[in-house]
Amino acid sequence: MKIKQPIAESQIWSWLEEVTDPEIPVLNVVEMGIVRNVEIGKYDEITVKITPTYSGCPAMNAIENEIHKKLLDKGASNYRVVTDYKEIWTTDWMTNNAKQKLKEYGIAPPEKTPAGKDFLTSLKSQQKIVPCPWCDSMETELQSEFGSTACKAQYYCNECLQPFEYFKCI
Amino acid sequence: MSTLETIPNSKKEVLVEILLRLADDRLILGHRLSEWAGHAPELEEDLALANIALDMIGHASALYGYAAQLEDKPDEDHYAYFRDDIDFKNIALTELPRGDFAFTTARLFLFSTFSYLLYNNITQVIEEEQFNGIIKKHFNEIKYHLRHSREWVLRLGDGTDLSKLKIQQAIDDLWMYTGEMFETDKTENLAAGYNLFIDVPVLKNEWMKWVTETLEEATLKTPDNNQYMFTGSRQGRHTEHLGRLLAEMQFLRRSYPDADWK
Repeated sequence: MKIKQPIAESQIWSWLEEVTDPEIPVLNVVEMGIVRNVEIGKYDEITVKITPTYSGCPAMNAIENEIHKKLLDKGASNYRVVTDYKEIWTTDWMTNNAKQKLKEYGIAPPEKTPAGKDFLTSLKSQQKIVPCPWCDSMETELQSEFGSTACKAQYYCNECLQPFEYFKCI
Repeated sequence: MSTLETIPNSKKEVLVEILLRLADDRLILGHRLSEWAGHAPELEEDLALANIALDMIGHASALYGYAAQLEDKPDEDHYAYFRDDIDFKNIALTELPRGDFAFTTARLFLFSTFSYLLYNNITQVIEEEQFNGIIKKHFNEIKYHLRHSREWVLRLGDGTDLSKLKIQQAIDDLWMYTGEMFETDKTENLAAGYNLFIDVPVLKNEWMKWVTETLEEATLKTPDNNQYMFTGSRQGRHTEHLGRLLAEMQFLRRSYPDADWK
């Protein structure tokens, strides 16, 4: 299908909402805050600005490819996807709706990143309580700050005796 | 959008050299850490080391990628796979064989402390937008590496007699390779003049303070700072270990330069 540009910016945003994170398929790249900007230039060329989440995240390449694929599938031809470092991605950009979806998927959503905290103190002694996404219990403990992907830490719930993952703040 | 066109060539050359130095340190240490995958003492640690390795290789990739844009090279792989040991500018600390878990922990701690202080300071001077953005982003992740390795230094130092012996030995063995962190040369001076870098020797006192505090808390001794320090890596004079590491890392790509995943 070939569509005629120009296309409305809002149309492109809604296409991008169909692109999901390969590791967390319940979230799309817009609600995760990965897509920073969509611009339509004076020759109707589309520029999509994305920002990397975690530097070591192998999913970023996959996500960029998916965005290309989506734009092509929708019939856009004159476009480019640019990685932008001007603003540094933070978990605070994740929408509340996205956080709710994460929880329902079984991953405890990131808390708000506290400003100026003493980062050297371990998460354990910071007494940050991460509620269990399964049973909402506060009786949970940190197992490891590193998990199955770059963005997650491992926790264990002492109430329902289930391990779960926590989306780390950055 | 891009400022690439507006950077004069003389400044560009210096910027590329700085990018490569930072990236080489991280690629080589990342590769050493990745050797632990499947071998760490426990599953959680296996995941942690693999994650940190991924971060570091990711950091190198972003820095190489930017250098490639500046030099008009095809991509970041050019720097990782098609340069020889003499072209690599990483400090020797990063290329030493992985050793045991205490050695890995001690090295990660000494390097991450340096990395943290360096990145914290250079983000305050770099005016070049993309470079500053990359460094700021990586800085947030370095905090995790520093916290993780510091906690292990505390645990091993203040642990059993054997763990204490091993981590102290590792710190002592590594000490002569820490001098290169604070060396400076003409390139770095030029870079500082362009607001692309800082005068690194000023970080030394701060680094000593941070390291000593943690070692004391871990009931460990800080080695004598006036001992012989290894030098030459930033000029491409490496230990014998780098060549072997590169041989393993580069052989596939060099044997099949056009290979891809498709």
